[in-house]
Amino acid sequence: MRTRGRLGDRLLHAYTWLIIVWLSSPIAVMILFGFNDKKSKSNTTWQGFTLRWYTELFDISDLTVALRNTLVIALVSTVITVVIGTMLGIALGRHRFRGAGATNFLVFAAISTPELVMGASLLSLFVSGNVPRDANTIIIAHVLFSLSFVVVTVRARVVGLDPSLEEAARDLGATAWGTFRQVTLPSIMPGVLAGAMLSFALSIDDYVVTSFVNGSTVTFPLWIVGAVKTGIPPQVNVMGTLIFGVGVLIAIASAVASRRRA
Amino acid sequence: MKRLTPYLLVLPSWIWLAIFLVVPMAAMASVSLQTGNAIDGFAMTFSFSNYGDALSRYSTQLLRSLLYGGLATVAMMLIGYPVAYWIAFRGGRRKSMYLFLLLLPFFVSFVLRTISWNFLLADNGILFGTLKGWGLLPEGFHVLATTFAVVGGLTYNFLPFMILPIYVALERVDPRVVEAAQDLYATRGAAFRRVVLPLSLPGVFAGVLMTFVPATADPINAAILGGTSNTMIGNIIQTEYLTNLNYPTASALSFTLMAVLLVGIFVYARVLGTENVLEAAAR
Amino acid sequence: MNPFMRGMTQPRTRRDIFKLAGASAAGLALAACGVQGQKAAPPKADAVADFWAKQQKHGKVVFANWPEYMPEDKGPLEKFKADTGISYEYKEVIQENAEFFGKADPVLRAGQPLGYDIVVMTNGVQLQHMIDLGYVVPLDHSKLPNFQANAGQKYKERAYDPGNKYTVPYTSGVTGIAYNTNYIKDDLTSIEALFDPKYKGRVGMMADAQEIGNFGMISLGIAPETSTEADWRKAGEKLKAQRDAGIVRKYYDQSYIDAVSKGDLWISMAWSGDVFQRQLAGEPVKFYVPEEGGTIWTDNMLIPKGAANPVDAIMLMDYLYQPAVAAELDEFIQYVTPVPAVQDLLREKAASATGEEKKTLEEMVASPLMFPSDEEYAKLHSYTPLTTQQEQVFNPIFQSITQA
Repeated sequence: MRTRGRLGDRLLHAYTWLIIVWLSSPIAVMILFGFNDKKSKSNTTWQGFTLRWYTELFDISDLTVALRNTLVIALVSTVITVVIGTMLGIALGRHRFRGAGATNFLVFAAISTPELVMGASLLSLFVSGNVPRDANTIIIAHVLFSLSFVVVTVRARVVGLDPSLEEAARDLGATAWGTFRQVTLPSIMPGVLAGAMLSFALSIDDYVVTSFVNGSTVTFPLWIVGAVKTGIPPQVNVMGTLIFGVGVLIAIASAVASRRRA
Repeated sequence: MKRLTPYLLVLPSWIWLAIFLVVPMAAMASVSLQTGNAIDGFAMTFSFSNYGDALSRYSTQLLRSLLYGGLATVAMMLIGYPVAYWIAFRGGRRKSMYLFLLLLPFFVSFVLRTISWNFLLADNGILFGTLKGWGLLPEGFHVLATTFAVVGGLTYNFLPFMILPIYVALERVDPRVVEAAQDLYATRGAAFRRVVLPLSLPGVFAGVLMTFVPATADPINAAILGGTSNTMIGNIIQTEYLTNLNYPTASALSFTLMAVLLVGIFVYARVLGTENVLEAAAR
Repeated sequence: MNPFMRGMTQPRTRRDIFKLAGASAAGLALAACGVQGQKAAPPKADAVADFWAKQQKHGKVVFANWPEYMPEDKGPLEKFKADTGISYEYKEVIQENAEFFGKADPVLRAGQPLGYDIVVMTNGVQLQHMIDLGYVVPLDHSKLPNFQANAGQKYKERAYDPGNKYTVPYTSGVTGIAYNTNYIKDDLTSIEALFDPKYKGRVGMMADAQEIGNFGMISLGIAPETSTEADWRKAGEKLKAQRDAGIVRKYYDQSYIDAVSKGDLWISMAWSGDVFQRQLAGEPVKFYVPEEGGTIWTDNMLIPKGAANPVDAIMLMDYLYQPAVAAELDEFIQYVTPVPAVQDLLREKAASATGEEKKTLEEMVASPLMFPSDEEYAKLHSYTPLTTQQEQVFNPIFQSITQA
């Protein structure tokens, strides 16, 4: 019984890695073609190895600006989304209040609105309010469509948490804020972190909504979609590789750090 | 103060949703009842028939979308649950690292991922070409431009949105409870069914909400991976809006889609055994 | 001043403009009054002259274009700046015609400026809508001497913008047929190859209603420019039969070219520029304009309504028609240039170049994909010009095939 359990664990461990590899498999191709010594504009046939695109990484100025815009927008919108989404998630999972039903409905509506409709209707709103479209309106839109994902994830964590711990903390004289920081937040942290990651992923890769509310601010996904017309330059692959590489480094660092702490 | 707390917590989101979601949706609802064309202008005529017309013209694509979205969601549940389970109970201190690695591919543009998939899955590419060379696959075999590719693409693209909430719900289950259950019940299967699964249901519900709904509305996978009869409702909405400038039909289709999805989620909540759908959503 | 022309350069009155604080009021107002129509009356000739007479050069221009449509050193724009003293802002903000129009429509409808003086759009429904809605400033041809002198004849007679009233081409290409020579050894010449059951499941058609509709008509011997509703229906039947017989693998956007070069498709409707890139990369793709005919498309420069610097914009448009400048652009973009003299200039450049550059330049000069012959030009049709009413018939006929 126990042996089978350990075998099962090992199989599941291998399975988890298999899924990670499956999800990452297209990334391998992307990385490979960042080294392609291509002769024409199209970068789809392997034509030899080169490091040229790494040395010329920032030669396409508009692309560089687009990448920077994307990273800034993703960071800012993630922070806003996580803060207000966590608050709403806690409220919906923990408290009873008037309008909870309507709020749930709105959270659902925000997920189910087709991206195109959301982008187009936001643009009409901004135009009729005479709001200039720039990075700020992109951030507003990104917060709007990622909010529900954070709320739903946090709520799934909050529901079923034992409220007696918080009550105990308050009985011991902790302030409301102190209770939240010392008791509630740590216990919902996995949900908040997961929501943050989802929100970041949604923002950094959004095309449709952004294409409506961007004004003349260009983001990384927008530039790439436009470049498909004449052929995506390998610098795009290199930038994708760097994003992925930095991510892997962060993952490794966090794993090492947790081992030290252990 | 205590009674005010929930209202303070929801206030920022309410403001955000009211200005940026409710107002545009009200405008969209009004557009869905108008008639006219983009050049001469649209006028409000309260044509509820827009809904009937749109539905009768595009019912095939709508039903197909629900089918594909549903299939993909089931696939995601089956594929994702074991991953979430393992990370939650056996991930140890590296839990966040595993989650991060699952999401990392989605930090890179979907255009690059798509181009890579087209490269990997080409009819005679490095995968199928090799297998065909060994005689393991028939010559005409292909995955791209099929229903399987569309559902597979949806499954691939939304999988992390299933895994993360399930993980979040499972992670708070004390492993000792699981062990106790295993001692209590005769088999591990029974222990899982009676103890772990019920505790993870809020996560599964959240996962389904976050995958079924966007997957059903998704236009990208059908456009890139589908064949001649895999068009989904998201593609129709795009064409009606951007190419035909038929804003009323596009709006009516969007509302119909949202209503159908809401009913779908409601039915699903019922199947889960919850009385009230909004309460279920809160659970 | 003619109210039509005033609307073109200045935002309309501000009465319908709301502050964000009153956004819900805006939403309700929008809900109550619907979407205003903007049908444009054709501008009177003297109105156009009046408009241009009042405009002045401002010394700057904002150019909105697609990515990778200008050399990285911005050579042509730098020369323009040196020659005219007009500074430029160049923005790679256009990704798709449909999305671009979707974004521009509410802004221009509200009478607000887009913030660009030149915009590049492909001929097609969205450009047609821009013109029909009065979103495009008519051009003053007295300010376009280089265009008159250097543009090829085919670029001056286009069904969708007769007399270049609103647009001049930036670059162009041919829609023809591409096939993979690893799988098809025959020398193909006919459009019928797309309908050949021999290639069942290996044929790619384009998803765009105009593109596929045109090819359906050409295969029936109908000229798209002068086609009628009955012709569209006949073409629709033929294309539906092609689909039902399982001949078509999929209706494509630009991704068809990957599919052809990898062999997923053996034969497909294709754009010349894509095929030329693949040939340079050594991939086994061949292109031909069917003997029955093909179509020519162009990406066009236009001045959007409300542009701040129309004079500087039209000067830049015209500047790009100087053969030397056009040659520099075309060498980078590698599509078909509207300036035929470019071929000789690039030939001269090839003669004095060396090594890899010489080879590439020679291939470019020799390629019918960059420089179609007169004989090929003669076979090329324009798109079907459609009124809004016609469009509501035309689009569903072909969309019901491509989006079943």
